[in-house]
Amino acid sequence: MMDLRELYQDIILDHGRHPRNFRKIEHPTHLAHGHNPLCGDRVTVYLSLDDDRIADLAFQGRGCAISTAAASLMTEVLKGKTVEDARALFAQFHARVTGGEPAELPEPLAEEAERLEPLTGVKAYPARVKCATLSWHALEAALKDGGTGATVKTE
Amino acid sequence: MTTVRLRSVYPGPSEFDPRQLRREFPIFANNPDLIFLDSGASAQKPRAVIDRIADYYRTDYANVHRGVYRLSARSTELFEEAREKVRRFLNAADPREIVFVRNTTEAINLVAQSWGPAFLQPGDEVLISVLEHHSNIVPWQLLRDRIGIRLVIAPLDATGGLDLAGLEARLSPRTRLVAITHIANATGAVVPVETIVRLAHAKGAKVLIDGSQAAPRLPVDVQALDCDFYAFTGHKVYGPTGIGALYGRYELLSAMPPWQGGGEMILHVTFDKTEYQEPPHRFEAGTPDISGAIGLGAAVDFIEALGRDNIIEHEEALTGYGVDRLSRIPGLKLLDAGQRRLGILSFDLEGVHPHDVAQVLDQHHVAVRAGHHCAQPLMAWFGLSGTTRASLGVYNDERDIDRLAEAVEAAQEMFRR
Repeated sequence: MMDLRELYQDIILDHGRHPRNFRKIEHPTHLAHGHNPLCGDRVTVYLSLDDDRIADLAFQGRGCAISTAAASLMTEVLKGKTVEDARALFAQFHARVTGGEPAELPEPLAEEAERLEPLTGVKAYPARVKCATLSWHALEAALKDGGTGATVKTE
Repeated sequence: MTTVRLRSVYPGPSEFDPRQLRREFPIFANNPDLIFLDSGASAQKPRAVIDRIADYYRTDYANVHRGVYRLSARSTELFEEAREKVRRFLNAADPREIVFVRNTTEAINLVAQSWGPAFLQPGDEVLISVLEHHSNIVPWQLLRDRIGIRLVIAPLDATGGLDLAGLEARLSPRTRLVAITHIANATGAVVPVETIVRLAHAKGAKVLIDGSQAAPRLPVDVQALDCDFYAFTGHKVYGPTGIGALYGRYELLSAMPPWQGGGEMILHVTFDKTEYQEPPHRFEAGTPDISGAIGLGAAVDFIEALGRDNIIEHEEALTGYGVDRLSRIPGLKLLDAGQRRLGILSFDLEGVHPHDVAQVLDQHHVAVRAGHHCAQPLMAWFGLSGTTRASLGVYNDERDIDRLAEAVEAAQEMFRR
């Protein structure tokens, strides 16, 4: 069996204990709720877009260490990026945690992709992949539905 | 023979030894490190059950209730013999009061869909409790939406037990059914169903008991309980999946219409009119899970050979040990379970999400359930989204609880703030 510290790396434990951007944005341009019916975890992702650039990104909710850390890292990595960058990073991240073929990323995003690396330990634990992707799915739903407050479920 | 082999291992109550008993369960030989504490979700299977099913397919298999040939007659005999074993297991008066179903969920849905529309009027009330599993909530909500009954919820007292006075206060002249769990699956709270039956009957209401968690742990006597329906599932009593049983008082069953139509449940069919079988076959449309029923028969034989008094003595002692051991872990809070807790240890670990707890426990080979346990209203009552739940079986002992406690402490260490 894999060492559990591959899953719970220090960076994950740190973000799980002390999530960054764990707050509400008062007048977001976009928001969506994520719900994992399996464990009852919920996350709300708030987004302020300035044209197509992510001016602010925050989240609230309750979840396990993995889902909290994943949401926290997501907000850190995506702030200041464009919507297109966010989609490209999600596609690549999703592929990495589900064991798919990761798409090529534009060179300027390599550093951001690298920062998500500690989360990819979930691919050895299929039951936990949804924890790592819940906030990303919520973000995607927020962007798709133009900020109407949709709820996305992981199953 | 099952009985003989078990008795040779277990000559008497004083020698009920889970470590010895573990040898009867091949899963432990194939997973030597496994600390299995998830019997509340589904119990492991003894060799007697596994072998019985295989033997049946090898030597006696044919469809039931149809063939003229001897093999089919023998298969039918074994199937009906299994029904008799389940009758004995519940101490029902008559094997015709035992309907084979897929599981407890199906048993409750059968009552909701057959008895419900036939005997309930809009405005009639079905009384359930905060302790229920979703399978004793949702079928009644479906019935409510279909025919306009009211669903009334009995509260809990401050200790997490069923509030009997609160339940009694909610029994009204419109209460037609009290549908209640015998042991709460998410907390292990034992419900005083005898008292509830008495209170309900005094108001003219019928009583259905969800025995999923009780059947593997408590001696069940439906005649002594005087309940109207009792539902349990095979896979939690060390039997196979896909089979369970509904006990129903015969006069109730015989007044109930079929809920599924097909073969097995008819006497005579024309395009104008169909005459139905008497219970229990009226409620068993289609080819049943024959091997499942025979496996369930072997499982109840297994339980009776162990001795149900021995099982409850074992579960009570081990539950007590678990409460004691887990309570000594700072930051761990066992969910309140009223005056009596049996077989289930459900807890919240401060600052650590149940799924993270279960992940670390798995690393220590300790298998538990994490989440809402299909009892979200009860979780909401506790103000939690989920818990970590260890549940006991006949093969568990104090060492398993110690391993659980050590793994919980390791989880705390990992997630220490």
